[in-house]
Amino acid sequence: MNDMTLPAELSAADYKSDYKPIWCPGCGDYTVLGAITKAMSILQRPPHEMAVVSGIGCSSRIPAYTTCYGFHGVHGRALAAGTGLKVARPDLTVIVTGGDGDGYSIGGNHFLHACRRNVDMTYIVMDNHVYGMTKGQASPTTEPDWDNKLSPGGTGVRAFHPLVIALASGANFVARAFSGDPNGTAEIIAQAVRHPGFSFIEILSPCVTFRPEQREWKNLVHKATVEATDDPAQAARRIMTDDGFNLGVLYAGSRPPYARARDTGASLADLEAEFVL
Amino acid sequence: MSKTTAPHELHSVPQTTDELMQQALAMEREAVARYNELADIMEVHNNHEVAELFRKMAVIEGHHVSGILSEMGWAEDMVAPRQPGVWASADAPESVPLDEMHYLMHPWHALQLALGAEQRAEAFFESMAQAATNDAVREAALEMRDEEAEHVALIQEWLARTPQPDPEWAVDPDPPRYTD
Repeated sequence: MNDMTLPAELSAADYKSDYKPIWCPGCGDYTVLGAITKAMSILQRPPHEMAVVSGIGCSSRIPAYTTCYGFHGVHGRALAAGTGLKVARPDLTVIVTGGDGDGYSIGGNHFLHACRRNVDMTYIVMDNHVYGMTKGQASPTTEPDWDNKLSPGGTGVRAFHPLVIALASGANFVARAFSGDPNGTAEIIAQAVRHPGFSFIEILSPCVTFRPEQREWKNLVHKATVEATDDPAQAARRIMTDDGFNLGVLYAGSRPPYARARDTGASLADLEAEFVL
Repeated sequence: MSKTTAPHELHSVPQTTDELMQQALAMEREAVARYNELADIMEVHNNHEVAELFRKMAVIEGHHVSGILSEMGWAEDMVAPRQPGVWASADAPESVPLDEMHYLMHPWHALQLALGAEQRAEAFFESMAQAATNDAVREAALEMRDEEAEHVALIQEWLARTPQPDPEWAVDPDPPRYTD
């Protein structure tokens, strides 16, 4: 797509590719995809100025379903790929997507350091508290007492708290959204992209196949009743004490995003010369 | 599978007929997009009968979009952003919830969902009419409500001609989920 073919006003449909998503019927990821494309239409950046990067898992299929540049990377390494892309091409809007297994387990270390580096990009995690693609194993956000055939009686291991970890590690924008609220989620994603630095959004996205009880989430979620704070201590108290279904922007900080200190002036040929035997 | 005729909670009320019709346009466009999305889902899962039904619903809702554009003299690419919070529900009133899908669902289930969507749309305009602060908006809202009521009746007739599925409709002898 190029500027010559773009309509004056881009709609969500302009950001959707012709590929039909392959997810289970009822999966929350369908509406997250819809919310992402709606957010893109709010932002009105042409698709060729945006990139969607992912790792591995059900939700990581998303890059193929948009008309933006896409990179379907390796398991847990979506943030590393996204960081590299953003540093090399700061003109692009970079949105990294994935699931809780991909982002918090094998990708957990990248998550911490992406928050710490505060590169200007947005990380969207579709959290369903389970590994869906590999048929229902417990993930880092699975409740310790979730009883199923693969972990009878539950794992007994405390669940990871991604929002607290993001805040403590330096993310500059922390929010929670719900897949069943496509318009609200789109607005949060647009805010996250506009906010300078590393923005993290946890989207509760039910897995109706392996966690059918998560259909109940739509009755449990509620909008945060307080405005976003820029005080990390206040945000930490809110996030640590809420019920996990509090939706909205929970922290919007003012830490300057990572920027290259200076241009080294080195060309690609200079760098390659260092490695010539 | 849910359906509701409960009054629709509103966060704000349009002050002009133009504002009201922009809401109607946004709602109908969301319904078209959602029905096409549902048809895609069912096609991917080889449930072509239900996919065809959802595709047909998308065409019907598309006629409503054209009707509003024509009535208001608006161009095809008229931008009608939803004012934040006009409808209090997370999803647009006339959109079928995505989490109600099942890969083995029958046309009867799809029509139940469509009926629920039309009933919510009817309730939405009824709420608009009740909350209207002037006669022009009230009359326009009542007109839209009556149109939605006609759609409710049409789908009820369609449902009456559609066989109800066997109680065991969701039983799959070769289920995709297998974790033993």
